[in-house]
Amino acid sequence: MTYSAAEIWIVIALLGVGTFLIRFSFLGLIGDRPMPPFVLRLLRFTPVAVLPGMVAPLVLWPAATGGQPDIVRILAALATVGVGLWTRNVLWAVFAGVITLYAGLAATGLL
Amino acid sequence: MTTSTVKTASKSAYWAGVRDGVPFIFVAGPFALLFGVIATDAGLTIGQAMGFSVLVIAGASQFAAVQMITENAGIAFVLLAALAVNLRMAMYSASLVPYLGPARMWQRALISYLNFDQTYITSIARYEARPEMTVPDRVMYFLGVASPITPLWMIMTLVGILAGTAIPEAWALDFIMPIMFLAMVAPMLKSVAHIAAAMASIIVALVLVDMPSGTGLLVAAGVAMLTGATVETWMEKRAG
Repeated sequence: MTYSAAEIWIVIALLGVGTFLIRFSFLGLIGDRPMPPFVLRLLRFTPVAVLPGMVAPLVLWPAATGGQPDIVRILAALATVGVGLWTRNVLWAVFAGVITLYAGLAATGLL
Repeated sequence: MTTSTVKTASKSAYWAGVRDGVPFIFVAGPFALLFGVIATDAGLTIGQAMGFSVLVIAGASQFAAVQMITENAGIAFVLLAALAVNLRMAMYSASLVPYLGPARMWQRALISYLNFDQTYITSIARYEARPEMTVPDRVMYFLGVASPITPLWMIMTLVGILAGTAIPEAWALDFIMPIMFLAMVAPMLKSVAHIAAAMASIIVALVLVDMPSGTGLLVAAGVAMLTGATVETWMEKRAG
């Protein structure tokens, strides 16, 4: 690493300010001014539009296995989504995913 | 309503948030620990590593920045890459406007500082499920969700810096975060339009996975939001 202490602090400060401005952007500037109905409709899909795409590569090509698809992780992901859809409960879904993950890892470790 | 009942309502909203935020300590804790370990390995001082976790509080971008610093990338590149990783939070910010727009400026600023994946998705799920929530209750709920995770994120970074040993790979902690996110999003798939949006998000994100610093995810999210909104409009027309 050739970064000086001052340079690292510049990165930290600017990244901190920049990240805050990204988070503050719409919430801070729009406030309670009305937004167009179609924009509101788009925004209602934000969570289901961001998180599946964020997780999908981690499920199919996990870094921990060098990017090779891993059947245990895929099964754990399916169990999580399946139980989440069925029970509509976050904790049950986490429980199902974690149990499947560790049971699968234990089973493949024994084989 | 009298002032006291308003206060009671906000207090219970806060504690409901705390309760819903507690499970994340199992995810955020190890992740922060790992950041402390990696930042120290990279040659950052205690102050610098803590600076990241206190001033930035955005795990993925912190890892990206430290990684690029160790590779001696230029400051501008480090910042661009790490900020691109965080751009999805502009979408989070926009989608909170209908729920939190009327809150006071300092409250919106505080929530912006604390707006990361876990606090955002937990809160938005609650706001959607309970449209009758008042704005002060929504604010208190958000702060409640952030209360267990945020201090833990900072403390566990410090523990990672001081302990300096990585967590055994056999624990497969890499996969706890994907499980948490999937568990949060699955119960939100409540219509054909939501499922269509999730599918579009997965497909486009996988196709664009080689684009740098999460920019593929931004495209995927945009396409997915349009897909969801279009399918919903179409379903309404068909039903109407």
